[in-house]
Amino acid sequence: MVELTPQLLGLQLVTGVALGAIYALLAVGLSLIFGMLTVVNFAHGAFFMVGAFLGIYFQTLTGSFALSLVITPLVVGSVGMLAERFLVRPLYGRGIDYPLLLTFGLSYVLIELMRVLFGIEGLPSSTPAMLRGSVDLGIGRFPLYRLVLIGATAAVVLGLWLMIEKTRFGLIIRAGSRDPEIVRVLGVDVARVWLLVFGLGTAIAGLSGVLAAPTRAVNPEMGITVLAESFVVTVVGGMGSLMGAVVAGLLVGVVFSMTSLLAPEFAELSIFVLMALVLLVRPQGLFGKAGLMG
Amino acid sequence: MSTLIPAPTPNPEHSTSHADQHADQHAAPQANMQATSRRRLLQAGAAGTVLAGAPFAINIVRAQGAPIKIGFPTPLTGAFSAEAQDQVRAAELAVKEFNDGGGFNGRKVELLVRDDKLNPGEAASRTLELIEKDKVDFIVGSLSAATQLSINAVTRERKVIFNSISQSDAINEAKDWSPYTFHEALNPHMTAGAVARYAFPKYGKKVVYLTADYAYGHEMVRGFERAGKALGATTLADIRHPLGAADYSAFLPRIQALKPDILVLCNFGRDLVNSAKQATDFGLKESTRLVAPVLLFTSRVAGGADAFEGVVGGTSYYWGMEDSIPAAKAFNDKFRRAYGGAVPSDYGALGYAGVRSVLQAVVNAKSTDSDKVADALGRLEYNWYKGNQFYRKCDHQSVQSIIIVESKSKGMKDKNDVFSVASIEAPSESNLRSCSELGHKG
Repeated sequence: MVELTPQLLGLQLVTGVALGAIYALLAVGLSLIFGMLTVVNFAHGAFFMVGAFLGIYFQTLTGSFALSLVITPLVVGSVGMLAERFLVRPLYGRGIDYPLLLTFGLSYVLIELMRVLFGIEGLPSSTPAMLRGSVDLGIGRFPLYRLVLIGATAAVVLGLWLMIEKTRFGLIIRAGSRDPEIVRVLGVDVARVWLLVFGLGTAIAGLSGVLAAPTRAVNPEMGITVLAESFVVTVVGGMGSLMGAVVAGLLVGVVFSMTSLLAPEFAELSIFVLMALVLLVRPQGLFGKAGLMG
Repeated sequence: MSTLIPAPTPNPEHSTSHADQHADQHAAPQANMQATSRRRLLQAGAAGTVLAGAPFAINIVRAQGAPIKIGFPTPLTGAFSAEAQDQVRAAELAVKEFNDGGGFNGRKVELLVRDDKLNPGEAASRTLELIEKDKVDFIVGSLSAATQLSINAVTRERKVIFNSISQSDAINEAKDWSPYTFHEALNPHMTAGAVARYAFPKYGKKVVYLTADYAYGHEMVRGFERAGKALGATTLADIRHPLGAADYSAFLPRIQALKPDILVLCNFGRDLVNSAKQATDFGLKESTRLVAPVLLFTSRVAGGADAFEGVVGGTSYYWGMEDSIPAAKAFNDKFRRAYGGAVPSDYGALGYAGVRSVLQAVVNAKSTDSDKVADALGRLEYNWYKGNQFYRKCDHQSVQSIIIVESKSKGMKDKNDVFSVASIEAPSESNLRSCSELGHKG
């Protein structure tokens, strides 16, 4: 057995934060779409997967990871917007079930599409040369790329927060999630806002895919497990809350990581136990608004 | 990147009928011109509807002698579809070879491929269907420990020969076995033992296992620990992870802290790709050697050179053996000719051998009767693609060589040149668990 030195606990904590970063990013996209459109996007994991594939594709095409970081979310976001315009929009006003089922079906279509385009085995992915290797943090060696990932997530979340708090578009998003009727009455083209928000949410999912690709195997099924985890995070944080998605993402990552060290058999279970506890004590999630589902 | 076989799920029922193509060569002389042209019309109709036309083909062929049917259940859909499809390709090669050589007393062989979806219940249903409805003579196939046991349960009851072409420790044991059960593939005990015997003396005695938490993972660890005990190896930890986990970073700080000489990744396919990648990212390779009990060709290609650099593992076959083994070269060349330059994978070779052994036994027994063929198969000594093999008497385990490969990341001549052969452990009954340990008497 390994002794639980402070260094090991510290390293495990950092690992948890890195894990949490990807969860947080995914949950942000999911929360945004739910908060604004009241659409539960079951295809979120699939958009993540598409992002991973396209990220590798564009990186191979252009030879630059940085460039693929910019191009891929734009492409994935456009696919998302097409999906919103032609698939989801006709279902508004029919309750929460129809878009849920639709996005569920959409995920199957996206998975098959990637199989057809890139094969069933998936693509080999590697960390960009400059970001390779591990760093000695003093408490142990940690992959440089995962540190970069934490930084990138922080940057994206900050950018998103600035947009939501400081821009007019962000103002519309905040208002629209609180009361879409009034916003429409005030002359804002809500349909267009929803289109852009869906695009933004899926673009963020695609971005998480590009960022996650170097750390794991890229295959058509990779989005399926990730989807469950993103939902747990979104529920714990509160559907529709950006702050909630970030805090919950980090929390879930750390809980999973520490449980893996101390009681590994319960690691997979631990995040669902966390969700159950939060739902018992605070059903709207840590930062969610009560009655959002009503 | 495109797949060798079209990606949309292949028809679950896929019947290769080589019989109707050869029908006219073996046509009994027709006294009557009208009958000949009517036959031609029937053949044209059958050729045109060959996919739906299996019954037509059989009707035509019945005039010559019923075909020998081999049922082939394998997971055409699911996580191992790439391996399964290679098994099918190689098995079809064996069938075509046999038919081109004249068949058995003029009777041709038909391969009936079915998708078992990697699910034991489905595998049992498909096998039952193959035996009861399609009336197959033999069953060859499977790609997982669980499905082969459920297939074996059906074939054992129906007294149909089953030659399993994937890994399992349990199928050799007396309680699951029957005289009609044959095991062409390696088992975890053999594979883990061979890798342990190579790696532990070479890289060190302190070992950590990162194990997929299911039968395969446990069996591999057991095999390693057994071989390791004789070599003085110590297990620092056996860390279990859920099957299909995508992220292993949570386990890696602990592994780092343990400072092992060897980290054995006791998992398979995508799990192996993910864990190898992430262990590499955490800088584990600087102080620890990564070892895997089974290093699949497809996993290595999917994972890439970086993740697998320096990883050592076992396999039943690697095409690169052709440099030193003539049988491998002959097999590879046959495969290349049939499939446009592609090389056979590890599981592909097993698909070929599994079918070819059964067909050879039919020829030797001069019959398709299960008992006679089982007897002939039990006595078979063969060398289809990698050296001499035979089935051990008590449990019908194919005694065969085990290849240790090391992944390459430099100096690769082409996209298939991914491994270098580090060592070949010669076939030996001492690599297997003893007959008495498995519960066999005598």
